[in-house]
Amino acid sequence: MEYFLTYLKVFAVGGFICFIGQIFINKTNVTSARILVGYLLLGIILEVTGAFKYIEEFAKAGVTVPIIGFGSNLAKGALKGAAENGILGAVSGGMTAVAGGLTSAIFFGFIFALIFKSKTKKL
Amino acid sequence: MEKERYLEYVKQTSPKTSMVRSLFLSFVVGGLICCIGQFIADMIKLAVPNISKEMLSSATSIILIFLGSFFTGVGLYDKLGYYAGGGSIIPITGFANSIVSPAMEYNREGVVFGVCAKMFTIAGPIIVFGIVASVIVGLVGMFFV
Amino acid sequence: MKLGERSYLFKNPAHIVCGYTIVGPKEGEGNFGTEFDYVLTDDLWGEKSYELSECKIHRETIKGALKKAGMQDSELGLMLAGDLLNEIVASSFAAREFQSAFLGLYNACATFGEALLIGSMLISAGFVNNCSCSTSSHFSSAERQYRYPLELGTQRTPTSQWTVTGAGCTILSTVAPEGREFDVQITGGTMGRVVDMGVDDETNMGAAMAPAAADTLITHFRETGRAPSYYDAIYTGDLGKYGMKLVKYICEDEGMTLPPNYHDCGAMYYTDKQKTEQGGSGAGCSSTAFNAHILRKLQRGELKRVLLVPTGALLSRDTPLQKQTIPGIAHAVSIEVF
Repeated sequence: MEYFLTYLKVFAVGGFICFIGQIFINKTNVTSARILVGYLLLGIILEVTGAFKYIEEFAKAGVTVPIIGFGSNLAKGALKGAAENGILGAVSGGMTAVAGGLTSAIFFGFIFALIFKSKTKKL
Repeated sequence: MEKERYLEYVKQTSPKTSMVRSLFLSFVVGGLICCIGQFIADMIKLAVPNISKEMLSSATSIILIFLGSFFTGVGLYDKLGYYAGGGSIIPITGFANSIVSPAMEYNREGVVFGVCAKMFTIAGPIIVFGIVASVIVGLVGMFFV
Repeated sequence: MKLGERSYLFKNPAHIVCGYTIVGPKEGEGNFGTEFDYVLTDDLWGEKSYELSECKIHRETIKGALKKAGMQDSELGLMLAGDLLNEIVASSFAAREFQSAFLGLYNACATFGEALLIGSMLISAGFVNNCSCSTSSHFSSAERQYRYPLELGTQRTPTSQWTVTGAGCTILSTVAPEGREFDVQITGGTMGRVVDMGVDDETNMGAAMAPAAADTLITHFRETGRAPSYYDAIYTGDLGKYGMKLVKYICEDEGMTLPPNYHDCGAMYYTDKQKTEQGGSGAGCSSTAFNAHILRKLQRGELKRVLLVPTGALLSRDTPLQKQTIPGIAHAVSIEVF
């Protein structure tokens, strides 16, 4: 039951975040890059203002899986770096925190681009 | 016919995306992808009980990015995106899709000027905004921590 | 004979010898599926890239048309060709394999109309005896050039259209082909001008091109003195379902009612199940629809007088980013059976 409730919260919050994004896509025809940038910045703002911590406690992956989580990690890392290593940490902390995700995206992108070829859309 | 009147008519009569269907699909697919993420995190925690919080979130992201990249590679993620829209764009798998799809698209132009150079045509702004904003946050944060 | 500013009728009309089309698999499943000369099972057609595939489709279409006309490469005096790729490489690369003179054309999706206009003028004036008019487009090469990578999970807006994969070629000649009951001729036309009504949404090409199509139609009927009812059918190029509605609206507003036999090649192209939203588009849309569907009807005598109005949106990938609106163009070609 406890598991079910957790997953229900994850589903509801994650779905809601995408739902809001979809409203923007429908209403304004914005491209996916703009949506992602917008949510990334939102994640940074939520982290800086301290709100992210509470949402994460409640929704877990529901808020960390959307790109908001990526933004929050960047901000969290930068603040942590600034506290520990001063100016150098402030500059490099953000990237340190997301190094795993970013590296894997570039690595898999490279490998899969060598293996697969893009195919004509079939709908 | 005057420009203004034509543009007004176009604005009013252009076919619009069906709100109910697209919002429902993006909600369901987005929610499901987050649940998959939660499931992966739970499994890792089960396998490595004393993993740190940072490592857990990093490992979960990497696995999700792998899945997003893989399904892009085999040509399924674009089909999902056609129906789910925001539901498959906004999760971190969508970020992987935005890096892998241009890399694959341009592999016919060679590895250096194709794959590597074009990899960031869509994800570039996300990475640049992310880095710049994190540096600003870090520098401003120095005065408060 | 020149009529008004932009229209003309020929003293010596150009005869249409034959038409030939090659299309991709999705087009083969569409409404004209049975009428194409050759339907590919794989839109890469054994080539390494979609650009090379488009080039091959274009080349083989011209070859097929020549074969159907019973002509040798050396008998073809001139090739008029165009496509949507940067620097129209599909056409010029296709032309590498022919000995004839080559004039590369670009009017976006209206290129086929431009080719028929110029070809019929040159033939009517006696500068060439035979010429080919061909255009091609390919969904996958257009998608990466104008929009996004194929594997990116984006949604298609409800106003978007599907670029036709395929090429169509028409052979024009000074003499009528032998052994045909009906002689199909290009008897005149109206050259379009660039019209920009300020539409800036590159996913709504129908709205960008409709004013140009309406302008050309109104000009054609005014300058030739013909009524819309003169024609058995009027076909615009690739405005799509919504674009057709806009053309009717503009013409109505200018005091001209389009008859019920007004059609759009793009809107007719695919079935509803094929999820192309507004229908087909691309330089290959009007050329394949004309050569496969309309020309056959003319050759069978089912249609006697047709006005073909291919339409084009003149933008590049960068112009919308530079906040430019999308200009449109349309050319009218009058085709009659004797």
